[in-house]
Order: sequence, then structure tokens, then C-alpha cells
Amino acid sequence: MSEAGNNAKLLNGATGKWEVVIGLEVHAQVASKAKLFSGAATAFGAAPNSQVSLIDAALPGMLPVINRFCVEQAVRTGLGLKAKINLHSVFDRKNYFYPDLPAGYQISQYKQPVVGEGEIFVDMPGGETITVGIERLHLEQDAGKSIHDQHPDYTYLDLNRAGVALMEIVSRPDLRSSEEAAAYLRKLRAILRYLGTCDGNMDEGSMRADVNVSVRRPGDPLGTRCEIKNVNSMRFVQQSVDYEARRQIDLIEAGGTIKQETRLFDSRTGETRPMRSKEEAHDYRYFPDPDLLPLTFEQAWVDELARSLPELPDEKKARFIQAGLSPYDASVLVAEKEATDYFEAMVAAGAETKAAANWLSNEYFGRLNKAGMGIGEGPISPQAAGAIVRMVIDKTISSRGAKDLTDIVWHEGGDPRAIVESRGLKQVSDESAIEAAVAAVMSANPDKCEEVKAKPKAAAWFVGQVMKSTGGKANPQTVNAILRRRLGLPEDG
Amino acid sequence: MALSSDPTRFTIADARDALAGKQISATELAQAHITALTAATALNAFITETPDRALSAAETSDARIAAGEARPLEGIPLAIKDLFCTKGVRTTAASRILDNFFPTYESTVTQNLWDAGALMLGKTNLDEFAMGSSNETSYFGPVINPWRARGRNEDLVPGGSSGGSATALAAHLALGATGTDTGGSIRQPAAVTGIVGLKPTYGRCSRWGTVAFASSLDQAGPMTRTVRDAAIMLKVMAGHDPKDSTSVDTPVPDYEAALNTGVKGLRVGIPKEYRIDGVPEEMDALWQRGVGWLKAQGAEIVDVSLPHTKYALPAYYIVAPAEASSNLARYDGVRYGHRAPGVSDLIGLYERTRAEGFGREVRRRIMIGTYVLSAGYYDAYYLRAQKIRTLIARDFTQAFQQCDVLLTPATPSAAFGIGSKTSDPVSMYLNDVFTVTVNLAGLPGMSVPAGLSQDGLPLGLQIIGKAFDEETVLRAGRAIETAAGFNAQPQSWWRTA
Repeated sequence: MSEAGNNAKLLNGATGKWEVVIGLEVHAQVASKAKLFSGAATAFGAAPNSQVSLIDAALPGMLPVINRFCVEQAVRTGLGLKAKINLHSVFDRKNYFYPDLPAGYQISQYKQPVVGEGEIFVDMPGGETITVGIERLHLEQDAGKSIHDQHPDYTYLDLNRAGVALMEIVSRPDLRSSEEAAAYLRKLRAILRYLGTCDGNMDEGSMRADVNVSVRRPGDPLGTRCEIKNVNSMRFVQQSVDYEARRQIDLIEAGGTIKQETRLFDSRTGETRPMRSKEEAHDYRYFPDPDLLPLTFEQAWVDELARSLPELPDEKKARFIQAGLSPYDASVLVAEKEATDYFEAMVAAGAETKAAANWLSNEYFGRLNKAGMGIGEGPISPQAAGAIVRMVIDKTISSRGAKDLTDIVWHEGGDPRAIVESRGLKQVSDESAIEAAVAAVMSANPDKCEEVKAKPKAAAWFVGQVMKSTGGKANPQTVNAILRRRLGLPEDG
Repeated sequence: MALSSDPTRFTIADARDALAGKQISATELAQAHITALTAATALNAFITETPDRALSAAETSDARIAAGEARPLEGIPLAIKDLFCTKGVRTTAASRILDNFFPTYESTVTQNLWDAGALMLGKTNLDEFAMGSSNETSYFGPVINPWRARGRNEDLVPGGSSGGSATALAAHLALGATGTDTGGSIRQPAAVTGIVGLKPTYGRCSRWGTVAFASSLDQAGPMTRTVRDAAIMLKVMAGHDPKDSTSVDTPVPDYEAALNTGVKGLRVGIPKEYRIDGVPEEMDALWQRGVGWLKAQGAEIVDVSLPHTKYALPAYYIVAPAEASSNLARYDGVRYGHRAPGVSDLIGLYERTRAEGFGREVRRRIMIGTYVLSAGYYDAYYLRAQKIRTLIARDFTQAFQQCDVLLTPATPSAAFGIGSKTSDPVSMYLNDVFTVTVNLAGLPGMSVPAGLSQDGLPLGLQIIGKAFDEETVLRAGRAIETAAGFNAQPQSWWRTA
């Protein structure tokens, strides 16, 4: 990382510059139909306590049985993070009392996680690529939900989430700005979604982050950190880091010291505040869960999973660049799995790579933005889009025609090829037809002809007239060439 | 063999034959036991009696026998330790915190028994959450040992924690019973009530649906009046259960068939560390007699050493409470079980519920367990105890290179008086000195009645086997049983009718 790049990230305090140091612990829900240790379902939005097994409710004598599918997803995720897969790992009990934790302990992995060290490359908008170390990934159970606002005297419990499989993905403190933290989370989310191991729906709680923030003078050892719990959107991650870093700088500069503590982010005020000490003063008394055997894998099984991994954003980006896209276009396309999928479906439907990317950024993304839609929600299927681009490439329609056609498909739907046929949108490249059209326009406007001879730039007016008279179907390059020849203008003006 | 006219005197093997030969009906057999247990309330062996259920199951059994569709335990009336969850039948673990808990599910072990045609007479008393060696920690009061010292009226303990099951057999209130054994809870009560108690290899019987005490040590097993009956029951109780990750998928042999093999050429190890100070001379003498019996039947006697034996009890009293402190965290008054009334804050609810719901011994062990797992103490206690556990297991592995089974005393003494040790937990814990090593190593062990003390109280010998070699344990046990010819019976002083 360059000195200049580093300096740009520093925050100004009253007494000089500060560096913010951030590490993220991301809880990603494993995309699994069943919970980590019970067969209960995990669908979002089900009626309270409708997805609770005897095990999840911690009835006497109930025992956990590991869900192999979840383990496989954790290993696949580890492989996607280029991380070390531990062939031997152990489930531990993390003991604490809370009503939404039925057993009085959470089954997690403490000293021996299933996945060890890895790394993620994150592209920043300025063109810089940062490398973020992954410390570990472990599997654990989610807790249930305490609902405090339904009754003045009672707290209600919904145990649907209790026992749902989570991957806790812990980064190294390698992030140096709130933008980097958000970009890291976005990249991690993309990787998980490419792998299909987590749906990444932050609104539904499928992904949330504990954000560790500290500040220091550049070059100093790490400062005391505060942990902001359960931040559940990219924007909130950024806001909470901005607020927390500023709070810590102000406090230190005013002569105070940072106390290591757990804090909550209030999305309404944009502030963080300490959790009550009762909520955090835990000695979790971790010990290996005697109900479960250690997880052990054969290397061959891990290798098999590695071979069957889908192409991930970094590899896809490299491939797109090789196919002629600019690094910027490539990284925009791979950042969101839906965009990539859409793009690749267009290419599969016959669109040329670069033209497909151009159509997306020139024609489609803008329309989607204006309509407030995600790419998956737009009205044009990637197959239809592919056909539009294909027709531009093989000169069936002009680029002007493509714009009109895109409008028609956007509003009315339908098969683009059929629309081109039925509405006569086909580009006319037949020179004699265009000659005739040009001649007609010229003879009708002798004064203009003279004008253009003196002022060649005005030739555009003629092109426009010819296009109009041909209903936009004439190939504009051909029109231009014929005009220039007939008017005796230089080839390229 | 001539059958007794009193069906409560049958063994399971006898009853099986009598039922098959239509000499008795399952209903008559069940009724005889219901009558016996109704007249034995003074022993307090049962927490919940289920006579109606027993009789209705007996009717089914009679129909099946008539149709020639008898299953292996068809019509056999059993007592079930009240640690096994039984669907629709109150299951308490002898604790106030579960005093009104009715499971909606059936434990795997009991389901196996019902699937084999056995029927349930009731749920037997035990030490609260199986924590105890005298059955005095039960919320439902102590169980009284049917045995009394010769010429005395003092009430004695039946051992624990499976004291109710042991008593039900010694007093002929059931033909067989289930027990669970975490540090000796099957073998120790069996020894002091003059019955057979078998703790199988860890993983042999499913733990699913059995209220957990210490998960890495708990193991269900049969309690019976003969070694053959133990073999018959174990065959049905054992087996792999996908719902218990620690249950082992290895075939269940025909244990009963193994009994007839004898012990000729069997190498029997005698561990010198089991000769300990403070154990009465008569126990040592019994052990020597046992050695002689096996030798006389052709076994080869080998002196072996289990050098880490003396660390077993302290290691056990760290590991078991540690696991218990976590296993019992779920009893919090939030979802089921006892809940302290009139508390308005969460911490208060936990504290009051658990203080009211758990008895002294359970609270003591939760506190010990919480302490040894705490930050700063974990390495010094829990981790070291786990290392000792590894060493103890290695001791056995090495000993079993020289021998096939081990023969030891089952308990350091005969039954003692109610209340005589309750004020001194350490002396109470010493009751398990010969049995805990077996749990720590996960091995099978069986207590077989072998004689009477000078006071006329039963004493047992223990046979310890290799992992999953219950067959050899049963063979050796059968040899002891045959040679000992133990046929003493307690006086029926408790009978009210």
C-alpha cells in the first residue's frame, strides 16, 4: 500500500492524524433447509415457534446430530476464501444464560475451528486492491429471538432461529477506513453468494457483522478496540465505523482512555452506545461438547469439493478482462452475482462479450436505476437482451434501432427478433436504397447542399434527414459515406 | 427347572419360558408384580407407578403370545429408572425442577424394550439427576434397601444412583430394570442389594432421551437378578442410534449364547492398585475367593497394574460436575419444569427457580463444575482431569495386553445406614472408588453378587472388560455367579399386605 494511499485514509483530529483499524466478525447463515444440529426447518418469516424441534427447545435427553450439508458448505466457503481447511476440528459449548438460548449453551467452535487462515482481495473504487486476511471460519448455532415489545409485563420467545447454522468469519484487523470495511463486506457477500453457501440477505438477518474498531497514531501499536455488535447493513457498517472512530479520537484527544467494551449501533441516531455491562460480563466456560464427536475429513473429500467449486468473482473478473472488458467494467459486473449471472446468460444467448457489457452499462443499468429495480427484477430477460445485442453486432439493427428496440421490449415485452421483423426496424445497408434516399433529400434541399459544402459540420443535418426518411433503418455509417461522396466532402470529417 | 409358584421369584429367562409354555399369562405376571409393588411402598422404590399401562400392555402381549408372535421380551414386566424419558409418563430425574414434566417422546433404550414386548411397571426412584451413591438425594425421599444387617432394624441405603431399580429387583417388584451408570450408578447399587448390574461400553446403548448427567460418562444398562437376564436385556437395549452421535455402529451379538462358553483359558487380570487402605478385610477375602472360583474353572490369573487408579476419583469429580454444570443449564424455568413464582426480573427468575428446583448435592456439583471450567481454572482442573482420563484409559489398554478381563471388588463396603454419610460428601464419593475408572475409560463393567458380609449384607465382585467385549464380561460373570451360588434373600419386612 502506497504512503500516499495510506495518508488519504487517515482521519484528522484536533491534535494530528489518526489511523482507524477495523476487523470484522461476520455471521453468515448457511443456506441450508435444516438447522445445524436438528432437522427443523429454517425458512424465513415462518410463524413464531413453528420451526422448533425438541433439540432446539433443549428438552431433557435431547442430543445434537451434525448436519453434514452445513459442514460441507463451511468447507466450501473456506475453499472460496483460499483458506486452510482443518481436517480435524472440535465443537465446544459456550455457556451463558439467556432465555433465547434454550440449552444454556451455544454449540460453537472455539480452539479448533473448521477453517483456518485465508484471504480476500477487495477492489476499492479508486482502483486500489487491498488484501484482507481471514483469521478463521467456524460453525456455530444461532440463538432464538426475545421479543420485548408485545406485552408490558412479558417477554416472548421465538425459537425459530435457535439452532440455525451460522458461519462466523473473522477477518484480521486489516481494514483502514469505513469504506474499506463496507467494501470488504460487499466482497465477502459476493463470494458467499457465488458459492451459494449463504444467501447474503442482510434484511432477513442472513448476514450481520460485529465490527471491531480502534484508532492509533500512524505507526503506533494497535489501540484498545470496541466491538460494535450485530450491524446488519453495508451502510450501517460504514456509519458505525465513522461514528465510533470519531468518538474514540475525540475521547483520547480530550484526555480520556478507551475502555474495551461491547457497543450497540443505533441506526436511528447513527451513534454507538455501550451495552449494559450485565449483557457482556461473561465467562463462557468453553469446553468440548461431549455430545458430539470431533469433525474429521479426508483430504480427498476436501479436494473433491475444491474441484467442484464454481468460478468465483476474482477468477471471473480475470476472465472478463481477458475477453476484452476493461478492469472497471469487469469488476462492476462481478461485484453482484445477479449482474454476472445476467451478463453470462446474455453471452450464452449469443451476445458478444464487450457489446453485452456495453449494452448493460449504456442501456440497461440506467433504466433499472431509474425504475429502482435490481437486475433480477428488470423486465428484459437476459436472453432477450442477448438477442438485441446480437442484432447490433450482425448489423440487423443500428445502435439507434437498438435503443428503440430496448425501449419497446422494456415496456411491452416480446421477442426482440419478432419485433424487429413486425415493426420494420431492420437496418437498411442496401446502398442503392440509401443512395436513392440521399438523392431525394439532396434534391429537396439545394440550399442546404450549398451550406454544407461551406460548413462540412452541418452534414449531420443531412444524416438526420435521411435517417428520418428511412424510419431509422438506414445504416448511419453508409448514409454518412454516401453523403460525403455526393457532396464532395472529405471521407472523415 | 421347577418354577416357583410365585411369579415374582422368576428370572426373566424363567418367565420367558413360562409365558411361551402358557404356564402363566402376561397379565398374571404383571398383576403379581403390581401386587408386590403396591405392598412395598415402604421401600419408596418407585416415583411413579404405571399399573394400568402395565396391564394393558400385558393384554397385548397375551394376544401376541396366543398368535405365536411373541417378541424377545414379550410380557416381561420391567422397572424403569426415572431418568429415561417415557412418552406421556411423568419423568422427574428425582428432581423438583422436573416434578411435573411429561415428555412427548420416548427414550431410545425404553423404546427398544417396548418394541421387544417388555412392559413398564413404573418409574424408579434415584439420586437427583443420578448424582449420588446412596439414593438419598432424591426430591422424592430416600429409597430403603430391602436388606437389613443380621439382627438389626436400621434402614440401610440401596446404593445409588439407580437405588430404586436395584431395590425393585432385590425386593422382587420387577423382573428386570434399567439403570444408568456415570461413575458406578448401576454396579454399586447392584452390589449392595445383591443383584446383577451391567454397565455396557460407552456408546453401546443410546443416550437419546435419557436425562443427561455427564454426557461423556453416562451409559444405560440392565439390572437383573441373574447374569443370563442381563445378557437377555442388554441384547434388546443395545444398538446404534443415529440420534446419538456417540453411539457406536457395531453389531449387537447374541450375549446369551456367549454364556455357555465357560472361562477355561480366559486370562483374568488382578489389578494390584485395587487393594486399598480402609477396605474391610472381608471384601479382600471375597475378592480372593473370586480369584479361586475362576481359577478352579480353568481361568488363568494374571497380576496386572493400573498405575493411575488413584487419580481416577478426583478426575471424575472434576469431569462429571463440569459436564453436569452445562447439561443442567437448560433447567431454567423458562420453557418447562419448575418455575419460581412471583419473580419479576430475569436473573431473579433463574436464581430462585434453580435454588428451589435443585437439591443440595446437585447445587454442589453445579458449583464445582462451574468453578473448574472458569477462566483461569480450566487448565489446572478440567484439562488436567482430561489428561488423567487419557492415562487411565491407557492403563487399561496396557493391562488388556496381558489379560482378557479384570476382576475387582465392586464397592469398598456393604450397604450403610441412611444418613450415615450425608454430611461428608468425600466419604460418600469414595463409594465409587472401584467403579469410576471404568466410566473414565468407557469400558464395560459388571457387578455380580458374590457373598454376604459378616453382617449378612450382600457384597459384589466387578468384572471389567475390553471395549465392546460384553460377551467376555458376561461369561466371566456367569462363572462367578455359578461358583458363588448366591441365593440369599432379604426378609420381606416391608410388606404391608
